[in-house]
Amino acid sequence: MLALDDVHTYYGKSHILHGVSIEVRPGEVVGLLGRNGVGKSTTLKTIMGLVRPAQGRVVFENHDVGGMPPYRVARIGIGYVPEDRRIFRLLTVLENLRTGLDRHGLTDARREQLLEKVYTNFPVLRERRNQAGGTLSGGEQQMLAIARAMMLEPKVILLDEPTEGLMPRMVGQIHQIIKVLHAEGVAILLVEQNVPLTLDVSDRVYIMEKGVVRHHAPAAELRANHAVIHQYLGI
Amino acid sequence: MPGGNRSYWIGFAVVLALLVAAPLVLPEFWRRFTTEILIWGLLAMSSDILIGYTGMVSFGHSAFFGLGMYGAAAALLTVRPPNLWLALLYGLVAAAVVAAFVAFFSTRLREIYFAITTLVFSQIFYVIIFTWTEVTGGENGLTFRQPALGVPGLFAVPFTPVTLHWFVLAVVTISYLLLRRITRSPFGMVLQSIRENEPRTRAIGYAVERYKMVAVMLSGLFAGLAGVLYAIQNKFAAPDFVFFLISGEVVIFNVLGGMGTLVGPVAGAAFFLLLREGFSRFFTEYYLIPVGIIFILMVIFMPQGLLGVWRRQLNR
Amino acid sequence: MDAFLIQTLNGIVNGMILALVASGLTLIFGIMDVVNFAHGELFMLGAYAGVVWLAITGNFWAALLAAAVTIGGLSAVLQVVALRPLLGRDPLYTILGTFGISLVLQNYALWQFGPVPRKLTEPMTGHFRLFYLEYPYYRLAMALLSAAIIGALWAFLKYGKYGIWIRATTQDRVMAAAMGIPVPVVHTVVFAIGAAMAAASGVLFGPLVGVNHVMGADWTLKAFVVVVVGGMGNLGGSILASIFISLLEAYASLVVSPAQAVIVAFVALILTLLLRPTGLFVPTPK
Repeated sequence: MLALDDVHTYYGKSHILHGVSIEVRPGEVVGLLGRNGVGKSTTLKTIMGLVRPAQGRVVFENHDVGGMPPYRVARIGIGYVPEDRRIFRLLTVLENLRTGLDRHGLTDARREQLLEKVYTNFPVLRERRNQAGGTLSGGEQQMLAIARAMMLEPKVILLDEPTEGLMPRMVGQIHQIIKVLHAEGVAILLVEQNVPLTLDVSDRVYIMEKGVVRHHAPAAELRANHAVIHQYLGI
Repeated sequence: MPGGNRSYWIGFAVVLALLVAAPLVLPEFWRRFTTEILIWGLLAMSSDILIGYTGMVSFGHSAFFGLGMYGAAAALLTVRPPNLWLALLYGLVAAAVVAAFVAFFSTRLREIYFAITTLVFSQIFYVIIFTWTEVTGGENGLTFRQPALGVPGLFAVPFTPVTLHWFVLAVVTISYLLLRRITRSPFGMVLQSIRENEPRTRAIGYAVERYKMVAVMLSGLFAGLAGVLYAIQNKFAAPDFVFFLISGEVVIFNVLGGMGTLVGPVAGAAFFLLLREGFSRFFTEYYLIPVGIIFILMVIFMPQGLLGVWRRQLNR
Repeated sequence: MDAFLIQTLNGIVNGMILALVASGLTLIFGIMDVVNFAHGELFMLGAYAGVVWLAITGNFWAALLAAAVTIGGLSAVLQVVALRPLLGRDPLYTILGTFGISLVLQNYALWQFGPVPRKLTEPMTGHFRLFYLEYPYYRLAMALLSAAIIGALWAFLKYGKYGIWIRATTQDRVMAAAMGIPVPVVHTVVFAIGAAMAAASGVLFGPLVGVNHVMGADWTLKAFVVVVVGGMGNLGGSILASIFISLLEAYASLVVSPAQAVIVAFVALILTLLLRPTGLFVPTPK
């Protein structure tokens, strides 16, 4: 459904991605592991259209997405939850959700439904729905960022380090949410530093190093054999 | 003169030779035109120090230019007989004072705030000059006699159109060579480093504000010099030249010609003035409509300017 | 004393018009980091459009609406053609681009309408009594209508459906795009709204002076001053700053000539930049 084929991306003159090839099939959770700076976030940004690939193709459901403006990428079904959450701090929680809810093609009833579903999954957001996004705690903001992306009813969600900087209890909640999303059939491309979590939720895992994919295996295999993890991530 | 490759100096020599020959072969109108191009070119060059080399967009050059003009006017009106060197002195001092003022207040400010502040400063001076009729002649400006070329006490030869052109050419050429030397010196390198990455330059340990202040003073001085030359050539000073529109035109010369090249802005001035001349034949007062459109198109499609392609080479 | 009171009223009225102009400028700057040098020219063209539409419809208020809509539409086209290509680059280029546009628009107006100022007749004559003074009804109407338009803008931004899109894009245009908000379209629409507000100010202000091709330049400068003094991108601040500056100017013109009173605004700008650069009316300096 989503495929990157030999993608090269530059930031200015820096060659970040040196030919990345990745695939995400419908309903799958795919993990993307690697040390800091190897290009994991850049991979997500390339998919989302925030950076243009210099070479290679990004294909989503038969659309050639490389170089498409981000708002179109969002509209064809890819959701994005960035590394620093980037919720709209001056908008209320509800308004944040509405940036995704207010799109065309939804009936009011459907909007109500989506909103209810999110409030059920994230009760704290219901509580804080009229509060400004900037007043939420880190964990709450992360939940809002994920909930916001879900408002687009995407077929695949790009999650960039969702547990970074969160307390263990919140990490557990995020873990749960990923499972819920998976159960609903949403595909997820998960970039993470938290190896145990990634191995637990993913179907398959890619490991990146210096802008290329070095290893690719089903998560089960990696759960059984940690040697590869040690080799590339040093933990 | 150190630096620069052969083709550069050959090009320089050729252009210089053409400019020296110009007044001898061109009809009166075009001779004057060439002299004016040189003066505006000098003004644009001075602005390039800030915009092209330090990365500071200034809309205040009309103030420096205007005060150079009025400073010269002051000398030529108050001291008899009108003395060329005194005019230069008064003009440069006036411009320097304004530049110091502007430098002090505005170098602490970031890009857009600096640009707006310089704009506002030039408007303040415009209003003062426009309304202080007793001293500045207000709306009508000042007229005065042209000084003679000479050393007081030794000799004095009145300018002819040809010798005036050569005088202007000499001043502009020397200014250019001086500015070129400065931009290629360690000081100039620091300025360019500020343009490329100000926080990093500061982090390395350079007193960025001081460098900026010197850049503004330098820029203001040469702009004032252009003002003095203009006053001498045209024998009048008017508040129109202090209006911020002039600053805008100067920035246009910089962009059209190519920022950060020193000669680019001169070419930009020539290009603009020629366009204006050409279009005003067809469109009379509305020449700015097509010229403005060309400017916008160039900003969009050719932002490096006419000579910008050779920026590296011109700075080597 | 009379003069002082009259000037206070004038200051407030002019302040409201300036607030309307500056709100448009601040809106545009806030969302796309464009310093619109041509804003005053949009004001000027609005006034001319008012003259034209008044001649066609015979009704001042209809002309006001029509002028705002026409200039808004024109500006949308202008933004797409001349500004959109410049948006990714160094801010210098958008300054230059809008400066170029201002030159073209100013001379276009000169070409189309000639150098002789046009008269825009006010929709109501007559004075009302305030204490023992007489003050024109129309000026009161100007102030009220400006306030109403700004109020409508504020309500639209806060409660309107597309208001959320505009506010989101202003805060984080990358993330707004990632949420499917068509950022380039939002930019064009906001530019058009800002332009329409400037045009409306031009029509409202028109009857007070003759409509000519240079009437806009002053307003661009003053609007810049207001936007800086009020805090870049801060709508409430610009309104307070507009009134503040216009009052200062109005009082100053009791002492010096109006041409010189303008310096007061400039001094306010410089002092603000020196002492409180984030803006005089910004609650907490960031």
